[in-house]
Amino acid sequence: MTELLYGIAIAPFKDMVGSPAFFAEVLIGGVFAGLMYSLVALGFVLIFKASGVFNFAQGVMVLFAALTLVGLLERGVPVVGALLGTTAVMVALAWVIERVVLRPLVNQEHIILFMATIGLTFFLEGFGEMVWGANVKKLDIGIPDRSFIVTGVQINQLEMFAALTAAVLVAVLGVFFQRTRVGRALRAVADDHEAALSIGIPLKTIWLIVWSVAGIVAIVAGIMWGAKSGVQFSLSLVALKALPVLILGGFTSVPGAVVGGLIIGVGEKVGEVYWGPLVGGAIENWFAYVLALAFLLVRPQGLFGEKIIERV
Amino acid sequence: MIYREAGQFKTSYASDQAIFPIAQDRWFVGLATLAAFVVPPLAASEYWLQAVLIPLLIYSLAAIGLNLLTGYAGQLSLGTGGFMAVGAYAAFKLTTAFPSLNIIAVFVLSGLVAAGVGLVFGIPSLRIKGFYLAVATLAAQFFLVWLFNKVPWFVNYASSGTITAPNRTVFGVIVTGPNATAPVRYVTALALVVVFALLAKNLVRGRVGRSWMAIRDRDIAAEIIGVRPLRTKLLAFGISSFYCGVAGAELVFLYFGSAETFAFDITLSFLVLFMVIIGGLGSILGSFLGAAFIVLVPILLTNAPQSLGLHLPVALQKQLELMVFGGLIIFFLIVEPRGLARLWQIAKEKLRLWPFPH
Repeated sequence: MTELLYGIAIAPFKDMVGSPAFFAEVLIGGVFAGLMYSLVALGFVLIFKASGVFNFAQGVMVLFAALTLVGLLERGVPVVGALLGTTAVMVALAWVIERVVLRPLVNQEHIILFMATIGLTFFLEGFGEMVWGANVKKLDIGIPDRSFIVTGVQINQLEMFAALTAAVLVAVLGVFFQRTRVGRALRAVADDHEAALSIGIPLKTIWLIVWSVAGIVAIVAGIMWGAKSGVQFSLSLVALKALPVLILGGFTSVPGAVVGGLIIGVGEKVGEVYWGPLVGGAIENWFAYVLALAFLLVRPQGLFGEKIIERV
Repeated sequence: MIYREAGQFKTSYASDQAIFPIAQDRWFVGLATLAAFVVPPLAASEYWLQAVLIPLLIYSLAAIGLNLLTGYAGQLSLGTGGFMAVGAYAAFKLTTAFPSLNIIAVFVLSGLVAAGVGLVFGIPSLRIKGFYLAVATLAAQFFLVWLFNKVPWFVNYASSGTITAPNRTVFGVIVTGPNATAPVRYVTALALVVVFALLAKNLVRGRVGRSWMAIRDRDIAAEIIGVRPLRTKLLAFGISSFYCGVAGAELVFLYFGSAETFAFDITLSFLVLFMVIIGGLGSILGSFLGAAFIVLVPILLTNAPQSLGLHLPVALQKQLELMVFGGLIIFFLIVEPRGLARLWQIAKEKLRLWPFPH
């Protein structure tokens, strides 16, 4: 019993202090994983804020974007052209989704829309695989993937690049939401659909914009993830990990998505390395959900979310 | 005017509120059930029993379970696979620990174990709902599957990590295990599903079901008219998990024969959710229709191109299957959010009036 307590409460911390370089590497790995979750979660938040739709298909949109990009690159399209082409495809996808899925389901319950996006997930998964093939692909758009060592800690250039990109993306989105006309319209729609409509904000256009922006965020996430571990179908599973991130950060907060992602990423990596062996490992699979579950009981609206949750 | 109900007067509340108030319906369902017991075991081939009818019945039971929770009580759950795993592993532990215990009793007991686990994971539903609850049930899904994977006690320290259905008999006939014939397993699954479907039907039209629907439609109003949210929601979780647990136990004992935790991963949860959506949220009949749809569509998609003379690669078939699934889900949500059961109901009403418009 004391041995178990020692294993839980003392040994992991001793290990952390004992080899700070390794601990730092675990932390960096966690931050990187967390950023990936954040990028997916960002797409969720954007769509949820503007249309109240919980877009389960965000993960598969990441996959679809990455697949399209790789597919275009493989056919000899230059990097810039491929990026533009992928953006065009994602905007077109947003248009089709708005037209075919969302518009007929206007005024339905949230849960129906949620399930429709689950259907969308399956459709896109099959469609992407059919068009671009099912093999694991290497995505290479020229981001260097070398490692260098700073005071004994191994740092990967790609991870640094990803962190920078995420920071820039969040800043751009922040400016977009707070300082531009479209951003203001988006916030108005998020606040109250009917009031926004009555003062002349075109709801359909707004939805199209939001889904397009989410598509572009998906491209960024797809590039990062694809460069790190190849484009493959496990990517769509990241969508599920984004759910606890949202719970932690709050469903309506852009910074919340980033912070939540970091907490989940770091938490699960540190937990896996230091506490995982005690229970046989692989706790990464459920750690995020259980953390979110515990968090829900204390603070249901998340760290930064608005208190919209109704308690029964 | 395929059939008339003229002259069938309802002279008591009992006859008015019967499950099948129309005599023709009663006869039809009775005969259909009888036919289901007699015809397939005699006529159907091993392939049809094993690959189509047995999974159909088992998935129907799971779909009824999820429908009670999501369709009737309005609590979205993505943890069905986890609860089914609880049922399967509980059944395995029970029947290996007490070999003389009747296998039907084992199924029911493992359902009760799953109900207990479901109650625990239902507790968050008292504070949260909707998507938040979905995440909470995802925690159940991943945690439970991980648990069965990691703790060797659950598989009796088998090095392969699989659970295998041993030979067990009911009335002297081998029902489970490698020596059980497909017709026997089919009849067992059918008997269980008939009993549990009838139970569920009565549950949802009684006091419990009405309180579930009240909570689903507007929880605050329900609380005001005296429905206790705590008790009602937990009951929904418990009973739903019971059904899922029995279905999970059946899945291993009557269908797979042996299974690893992989069989109960998140895909299974989604599969059952789709059955419920396509079949119809809040309908027992819909659970059957949805299960039939999900089991039959892949078979159809596999065989249709071949019968048309096309030979599609296996990968393409898989992708088409995904696309058709996804497309159909969106299609059904748009056209008829209440699913196949509602379409059936509309067709029936039309047939009652035909050829008159009103």
